[in-house]
Amino acid sequence: MSDLFYYICCGLLALGILLGLSLLSKVKTAATGNLVSCLSCALAVILTLVRYEILSDGLLYLCMGIGLAIGMTLALRVKMIAMPQMVAFLHGLGVAASALVAILVLTSPSLTAFTRFTGGLALAVGSLTFTSSMVAAGKLQRLLPQKPLILPSHKALLNVCAALILLPLLLLTLGIAVKASMLVNLIASLGFGLLFTIRVGGADMPITISLLNCFAGVAGAIAGMSIDDPLLIAAEGIVGASGLLLTQIMCRAMNRSLPDILMGRTSVAGAPSAVVPENTAPAAEPDAAAPDRPDPAELLRGAKDVIIIPGYGMALAQAQEQVKALMEKLEANGTKVRFAIHPVAGRMPGHMNVLLCEVDIPYDQLFELDEINADFASSDVAIIVGANDVVNPAARHAAGTPIYGMPILQADQAPWAVVCNFDRQPGYAGVPNTLYDEPHTILLLGDAKETVQRLADAL
Amino acid sequence: MHPLILVLIFIVAAPLGYKIISHVPSLLHTPLMSGMNALSGLNILGALTACAAAAATGSRILGGLAVVLAMINVAGGFSVTQRMLSMFRHKQGGAGQ
Repeated sequence: MSDLFYYICCGLLALGILLGLSLLSKVKTAATGNLVSCLSCALAVILTLVRYEILSDGLLYLCMGIGLAIGMTLALRVKMIAMPQMVAFLHGLGVAASALVAILVLTSPSLTAFTRFTGGLALAVGSLTFTSSMVAAGKLQRLLPQKPLILPSHKALLNVCAALILLPLLLLTLGIAVKASMLVNLIASLGFGLLFTIRVGGADMPITISLLNCFAGVAGAIAGMSIDDPLLIAAEGIVGASGLLLTQIMCRAMNRSLPDILMGRTSVAGAPSAVVPENTAPAAEPDAAAPDRPDPAELLRGAKDVIIIPGYGMALAQAQEQVKALMEKLEANGTKVRFAIHPVAGRMPGHMNVLLCEVDIPYDQLFELDEINADFASSDVAIIVGANDVVNPAARHAAGTPIYGMPILQADQAPWAVVCNFDRQPGYAGVPNTLYDEPHTILLLGDAKETVQRLADAL
Repeated sequence: MHPLILVLIFIVAAPLGYKIISHVPSLLHTPLMSGMNALSGLNILGALTACAAAAATGSRILGGLAVVLAMINVAGGFSVTQRMLSMFRHKQGGAGQ
């Protein structure tokens, strides 16, 4: 195969990937877009096999077959609520492959300084993203403690690791003590990734996963430079950009700055992680509406326009089906029902949308923060299911708290707010929710699965 | 290819991707991320060539392992994305319309 033909094919496949991506911007064309990207990748594999004349290497097919079978099985079995850990886990495997390729490149003879540098860098970024991703997946899967784990002199340890990555990288580039430098680089990078993610708490996972997505892209692109593969560089560059974009969106939604995140300040300092406990009995008897407040079912019967705000607590209580039942009851009464989705609802960007679509809630009833915030005042009732910090009015006025300035869904502007949360505990940010004390708030505390079901039954 | 060209490809591709991806609505951010996840497994290209080029048995095993891992990433990523997107798609004309 001539070089020119190969480069033209690479260019076309890169365009195919970009086309697939642009189709992803509309729900109707998104599935086609994914298939186009998938097809481009398959053709890229064939192109590579032909170009390097390795079509007859049986081991490659065996390995691809094993990977295909495992990958498909994982994808078909995973539950939607487990999607964040699935993505983190797959990231981990992908970057591990990058790191392995980097090792193979670095151990092959007659290398240029550029190849040694990019190989070393790919090894470092790949290895640190590998441990980071695996720790993130472990935390999300609850195999590791959800709480941020901060070791004594955590920062110093990170700095030591960083130094032990950079120095061997320099030696590698200069071609001095290649094997030893590689080994030190590898171990320090694995350690760095571990230290980086172990101190991140559960609610900060959306940022962390987006950041890992970005790192995975960068690792792949650098690996592409070391093996002289233009298509790989282009594709991984796009992945890196996507990760960066999502990280920025998450940062804005959580009121954090990207430099802070990169410096490792991903967690709210000293905040108790008061996420809604999973499926445990409510501490107190779920109390009915206070005497001076109307019966919520009565209120909903008379409502024309209801906005539901789901949070991760709903997913933990697995109350999606009940929320859908409530929606259907309301709609049967002629009530307009919309869902307000905060960007960080869930454990990864867009997670809440997927969870609601899984139970057949139509996606055209899901609205983003900017689209729906102005409508709370004109609605009749806002129903909050397992959401806390994202509806806390303290974000507007409590200067100095971690959520101050964070964009919130303005449920407090609605004439009535019905809160189906587990308890009155502050959310993850540790700031008491002033919405609970408003005169127009009706608290239905307890397991959302039961409280929402009761509400639906009463209609 | 000249190293400079390789770096240039990265410098062109990343902002181009950023521009296109910024049009994806937040509704689809999870499928976007899993799709990107699948795409990042394209380093299977490197794994294939490295595995095929390896002479020593140890390198060959490492290369094969890299192919398996990258393939899990690609196949798992694309199929889980397709699964999610089909959930979105069949809503059209469904109960809510």
